[in-house]
Amino acid sequence: MATTERLQSGGVGDAVLRKEDRKFVTGEGRYVDDLKLPGMLHAAFVRSSFGHAKIKSIDASAALAMPGVHAVLTNATLPVETGVLSASNPGGDVRHPEQAILAKEFARYVGEPVAMVIADDRYLARDAADAVHVDYDPVPVVVDAEKALEPGAPLVHAEYDSNLAKTLEHVTDGFADVLAKAPNKISLRVVNQRLTPMPIETRGCIGDWSNSTGEVTLYTSTQVAHFVRTFVSIVCGTSEAKVRVVTPDVGGGFGAKLNTYREEFAICAASKVVGRPVKWIEDRTENAVATIHGRDQVQYYEAGVDDNGKILALKFDAVQNNGAYNQLLTPSISHLTLFMVPGCYDIQDVSITIRQAFTNTTPTDAYRGAGRPEATHGIERLMDAIADDLGIDAAEVRRRNFIKSDQFPYASATGLSYDSGDYQATLEVALELSGYAGFEERRAEAATRGKYRGIGLSTYVEVCGLAPSAVTAALGIGAPGWEHSTVRLHPTGKATVITGTSPHGQGHATSWSQITQTELGIPFDDVEVIHGDTAFQPYGLGTYGSRSLAVGGIALYRSLGKVREKARELAAHLLECSVDDLEWTGSSWQVKGSPDRAKTIQELAYAGWTSASLPEGIEPVLEATTFHDPPNFTFPFGTHVCEVEIDQATGRVEVVNYTAVDDCGNVVNPMIVDGQIHGGIIQGLGQALFEETVYSEDGHMLTPTLVEYLVPSAADVPPMTLHRTTTPSTSNPMGVKGIGEAGTIAASAAIVNAAVDALSVIGVRHLEMPMQPARIWNVMQEAKS
Amino acid sequence: MIPSTLEYTKATSLDEALAAVKAGARPLAGGMSLMPMMRLRLAAPGAVVDLGGVPELVGICEDGDEIAVGAMTTHRSVANDPLIRQHCHVVAQAAAGVGSMTIRNRGTIGGSLAHADPHGDLPAAILAAGGAVIVRGSGGERRIDVGDLITSYLTTSLAEDELITQVRLPKGAGQSAYAKFHRRAIDWSIVGVGVSIGANGVRAAAIGVGDRPMRLSAFESVLNGGGSLDDAIAQAGEGLSPLGDLDGSTEYKLHLVGVLAGQAHAEASSR
Ligand SMILES: Cc1cc2nc3c(=O)[nH]c(=O)nc-3n(C[C@H](O)[C@H](O)[C@H](O)COP(=O)(O)OP(=O)(O)OC[C@H]3O[C@@H](n4cnc5c(N)ncnc54)[C@H](O)[C@@H]3O)c2cc1C
Repeated sequence: MATTERLQSGGVGDAVLRKEDRKFVTGEGRYVDDLKLPGMLHAAFVRSSFGHAKIKSIDASAALAMPGVHAVLTNATLPVETGVLSASNPGGDVRHPEQAILAKEFARYVGEPVAMVIADDRYLARDAADAVHVDYDPVPVVVDAEKALEPGAPLVHAEYDSNLAKTLEHVTDGFADVLAKAPNKISLRVVNQRLTPMPIETRGCIGDWSNSTGEVTLYTSTQVAHFVRTFVSIVCGTSEAKVRVVTPDVGGGFGAKLNTYREEFAICAASKVVGRPVKWIEDRTENAVATIHGRDQVQYYEAGVDDNGKILALKFDAVQNNGAYNQLLTPSISHLTLFMVPGCYDIQDVSITIRQAFTNTTPTDAYRGAGRPEATHGIERLMDAIADDLGIDAAEVRRRNFIKSDQFPYASATGLSYDSGDYQATLEVALELSGYAGFEERRAEAATRGKYRGIGLSTYVEVCGLAPSAVTAALGIGAPGWEHSTVRLHPTGKATVITGTSPHGQGHATSWSQITQTELGIPFDDVEVIHGDTAFQPYGLGTYGSRSLAVGGIALYRSLGKVREKARELAAHLLECSVDDLEWTGSSWQVKGSPDRAKTIQELAYAGWTSASLPEGIEPVLEATTFHDPPNFTFPFGTHVCEVEIDQATGRVEVVNYTAVDDCGNVVNPMIVDGQIHGGIIQGLGQALFEETVYSEDGHMLTPTLVEYLVPSAADVPPMTLHRTTTPSTSNPMGVKGIGEAGTIAASAAIVNAAVDALSVIGVRHLEMPMQPARIWNVMQEAKS
Repeated sequence: MIPSTLEYTKATSLDEALAAVKAGARPLAGGMSLMPMMRLRLAAPGAVVDLGGVPELVGICEDGDEIAVGAMTTHRSVANDPLIRQHCHVVAQAAAGVGSMTIRNRGTIGGSLAHADPHGDLPAAILAAGGAVIVRGSGGERRIDVGDLITSYLTTSLAEDELITQVRLPKGAGQSAYAKFHRRAIDWSIVGVGVSIGANGVRAAAIGVGDRPMRLSAFESVLNGGGSLDDAIAQAGEGLSPLGDLDGSTEYKLHLVGVLAGQAHAEASSR
């Protein structure tokens, strides 16, 4: 059943084709690597080949002797004021070890930048980087977060007495009693493996520093140009007003570019040293170690459950692998897990402890879903374990635990206020669409073909639309959560929309044009959307946390409203009536009931620009700006149902059917929403079936290329049925919720639950990800013996 | 790709190519293995000679009781060729399963054999079919059975200055098939098995179970001695000791050898 009908009117709700796609499909997108500045040099980084080593000496003489090599910079010579800064400090007492821009005394993970070479071209830079000799003295390594927290583990940072970065804790009053009294206790250990975000475009940047003025322009592939600007000014020591950050087209991010990285600072500092622009483009193998990883959380659940399967109390202990340092938001990612531990269930008694550990690995940070997939995956595995233990149907156990539709706004045990929802409604639709009731026949038929077939559910809610600024402050995040927009009408009646969001595949140019058409009557094609350049946008926060529509879209909606109201005053003035005599037709202000006495928005734009006759107190030009700070998050939800078949001979898991019923409130462009859900599900499928970033015990990266790190391809995409219910958000006037991460948050649990169900006939009760054939075959062998 | 500095020439004749190789240039065929190695700087040749302009190295024709396949023939051409499909199906099928369409459009049969990747599909299929290669160098031309060509991990018995010019596939390979097990839809094999059932009996070869393609001698001798397919499958892994790695344990790979040998045999028999 398709949710998308191709309507082309261009207003809100229409599946209009994306206006930005033409340039991408014709190869005219312009990425950082397409930019060439006059006199530009090229950088390559010398990176640690050890998981943990003392840097005894760096000998750059051979590299410097190569003709065309301009400089080799190290910690001692790179002109920066500080190391990488983290914006996250939940509780105020997180350990933030110094992360020097180039490693100082120790390298603490494979890939950590130790030196930087500047040369005439990229090839030479790389040759010269290979010629830099670093003398390392390897020291003991720890890569596993649980082991890192054991007494006597090698210390990642010798200045601390342990590898504990932070303990997050949240225990409700009287928890222990409620758990103790529960008649059934059900426990489960769940591993959410380490992943590599792997956007198609790797990172890259060009720094262009003017020594005469202290001005610096940084072109960088990022989701958060404004964060980068602030931090460049601090790290590189120049006025923030002198820093311009330009984001050309960005080929995907998935959270990996929601960060500020050493290379961005190093490239600016290097440009300062050589007095010329310097470019660095990350290669794919470099990306695997130099760009943040995601997830890597081990969870221990203990649920106190009554005999009907209702959870009375939930204990959650987890260990989060932060990697060697805290990046921009590292300590906050598992904080998001903490918030979503109870999921879509009415559980008021919780005890949550998350210990964050430093290890000799690439830092982890936000990766599509950022903390919430971990929570959903775990609780959804737990729901199935409860169903299994107590002999209750998996759908029924969820019905008995759901927050009911009349409980909204719902105050969760972790302190959130869920805006709106009807969880059971999506469940019932999904069960119907997926043929849940008739499943046993399909299981039996598959068995005749040598396949174990199973069905699995994932009922999820997630928190997105980051974020109310008062809340981010309370959570120890040193940045607000509002978003900015400016709407400017030109004398020709066309509109420029400036947004602080930073699309890198999400289609904001299209959606923002649709909102403009609906709210202001300016046709879709007459709207230009500008983003990603701090010179054009005074301020913005970027695109992450499924926030762009629910925060940035609302900032736009409010600016459009302001322009419309200003136009009304102008119309009243020109039509010589009172504003109360006017009505809005969708594209003009007219005297109520008199279509011949009207001014179109285009006429009013012209009149506002010429300013020949303006009402008292009204400034020229129809233009408005809004900084929108959302009063609350939004909470999209839904039910995904997956069917898998497992080959009895080889253990291969194949997704044969996938049904997703999602609710993201009102929809601006159904095609774009479908695309986000499709992509999100595939990313979750990648985690469930294929992907895992693996380190050897001595800290070497065993999955540095796409031969070892298995990303799903188009040919791995299963048949998917999408459907939506619509429960408008109460957090914003458009009733919208984020949808960028929901698919990923929901999918892995549905797939794993289906596989566990498939193997339940041979007694299997739990499976870890990724469910690669060898792992499944081993489980099948053990179950049979 | 950011390789180290190198000199590139494109040969227009076999003699030119041989001269370049003799002078130390590394032959470049489809580049689908050499270029990834250069990208990772596992290979850093000072000079490469592109074989893409050498007419003698392309094409497929009948030659007596063999099919002669030019070394530069792409996987795509091998997969679609009617002669190979008819007489040496195992090879066409293996070629059809290599990587993705883009890889098959560039990668070559000669490059696959010379590269000697222990996970390469073509070597196993050609070994199962009983094929050979014609190589030429300063010492003249010689013929090497594929079983003697690949000696270990990424290593062949080719001399430094020798090029593979042709692959020879027997028309008498009989019914044959290739079965490959891989994790994603488009992926390298964890294990692959080629089986041919010809006038001289069953031949089977596997990849992913050693440092080179391995004949499945136990599987062959059970079947050639009149034993059952089930027994042959049960013994298929005998004598092999694949290393456990991220793809799977030793036991798993040995298990896959049996499963795939059974599948390939069943498919070959039904053809
Ligand atoms: C993404 C991807 C997926 C792949 N998947 C598979 C797969 O599933 N199965 C599989 O089998 N392969 C796979 N391959 C490898 C592919 O089959 C290569 O094409 C093949 O291994 C090498 O052939 P080539 O023509 O590209 O050789 P090249 O890469 O050009 O050369 C490989 C080596 O052979 C040497 N060489 C080339 N031609 C000659 C010659 N005539 N004489 C002497 N030496 C020569 C070169 O010097 C080099 O050392 C994949 C490759 C990629 C990039």
